[in-house]
Amino acid sequence: MNLWLTRLLRNAITAVTSLGSFARFVISTVDGVRAEPPQRRVIVPLMVEIGLKSVGVVLATGAFVGMVLAVQIYNQLHKMGAESTAGPIINLSIVSELGPVLAAIILAGRVGGAMAAELGTMKVTEQIDALRTLGADPVTYLVTPRFLSCLLLVPILTLYSDAIGVVGGYVMSVKFYAISEHYYWEQTRRFLEMWDVFVGIAKSLFFGGAIGLICCYKGFQAGQGAEGVGRATTNAFVAAFITILVSNFFMSLFFNTLYRVLHS
Amino acid sequence: MTDVVCATKPSEGLIRIEQVWKRFGSTHVLRGAHINICRGETLVIIGESGCGKSVLLKHIIGLLRPDKGRVIFDHIEISATDETDLATVRRRFGMVFQLAALFDSMSVRENVAFGLYRHTNYSEDRISSIVTEKLRLVGLSGVESKMPSELSGGMRKRVGIARAIALDPEVILYDEPTTGLDPIMSDVINELILRVQRSQNTTSIVVTHDMKSAYKIGTRIAMLHKGKIIQVGTPEEIQNTTNPIVGQFIRGEARERIEESLA
Repeated sequence: MNLWLTRLLRNAITAVTSLGSFARFVISTVDGVRAEPPQRRVIVPLMVEIGLKSVGVVLATGAFVGMVLAVQIYNQLHKMGAESTAGPIINLSIVSELGPVLAAIILAGRVGGAMAAELGTMKVTEQIDALRTLGADPVTYLVTPRFLSCLLLVPILTLYSDAIGVVGGYVMSVKFYAISEHYYWEQTRRFLEMWDVFVGIAKSLFFGGAIGLICCYKGFQAGQGAEGVGRATTNAFVAAFITILVSNFFMSLFFNTLYRVLHS
Repeated sequence: MTDVVCATKPSEGLIRIEQVWKRFGSTHVLRGAHINICRGETLVIIGESGCGKSVLLKHIIGLLRPDKGRVIFDHIEISATDETDLATVRRRFGMVFQLAALFDSMSVRENVAFGLYRHTNYSEDRISSIVTEKLRLVGLSGVESKMPSELSGGMRKRVGIARAIALDPEVILYDEPTTGLDPIMSDVINELILRVQRSQNTTSIVVTHDMKSAYKIGTRIAMLHKGKIIQVGTPEEIQNTTNPIVGQFIRGEARERIEESLA
């Protein structure tokens, strides 16, 4: 019993300490934007890596999400004879839920994993210490530009993913299942509001920031050797993945409540 | 010969390490390490692998903070200075890392110029000429555009030294500069350390377990054992030591240690 209690207490202390250290990390990163705005020669290559090189994978994800949604939703609605309402259901799901979440997850894997591995390697090869000896703050120099790139580019990539998802859903519904094109768009226009698009962008902004911060933090926490870097990369992806799913739930609740309050 | 008076008069030491204690988890690495380092000398810190030599070196430049004790550099208490102010103090230091720690994503030129971009407003031309000059000093030329991954171990160490001396620091810290190099390249690095010492008149602190290197470059040699400095002296004094632990180390005798490691 005593042993169990000691272990629980120790875990609680570790959790609080880690949270405190993450909070300090977040503050330093955000403060870095003011203290030392990233230089062009640092941030441009990062944006190419994070943004441009992710377009393909994000488009592929978006297209298949749109198409599979159409397949599932059409089959369900067909049983009830309500196929004409497929448009808003598919498009709403893409724009405010699945688009941002799946784009963020794929980016957490591609971009977040790479950032954690890169920073972890820099830590174990003493490059981060070297930065400090040369008068650079590693968080400001390495994390702030990565955080800003994710914050800016994840929403843009999500919009790409949404756009191709909408096209994918349309192609399957109208061209493959022969739902009336007129009804498909007419119903979508009726039920899909700018609010839904805004919710999707707001979520992806949060996901972008979270991916940047969590994955860089995990990289900085890497233990010794190749094993340490590997573990940091896995931890980064898992932590980002869980944060995306959990925060998406709470953000959906929050935005739905806000919508009701604003329209009541 | 460098004046080593400061070794006995603490107030004259450029760097004073005063009773420094450091623990990582349950491992006590430093247990009251204490030494004064004089301006202009080359102090070599020797000791077994894992005895805390690199940890001690990192305390001098403020990369680590002691649990107890103080590190003072030119009347500045490094161990109590915050990270922002340390960035300014560190301009007076150069550090050469064990595996060079060159920035992978930058070319040799960008690596050497890194400190110059951060701490000076020099023109591109001036920076380029300093980079070329420092690279020439370490015996490299025409490698400015190469990436660290294209260099051999010895070349990486040399670029690491060029990066450390780019800002003409007052103190240069070398963390095991000859580890992992063949005997010839080790001697090349020793010669480079001496050359840098003479040309820039710096204070150098070298952590190593390579005794050949220690005798060649050291003004004084200090032995770190179980977290404490157990003897400090000139290379001759260390060679003629009566301390059995120092004697065993400098002669590289296993004695009962083989039983320990097999147990």
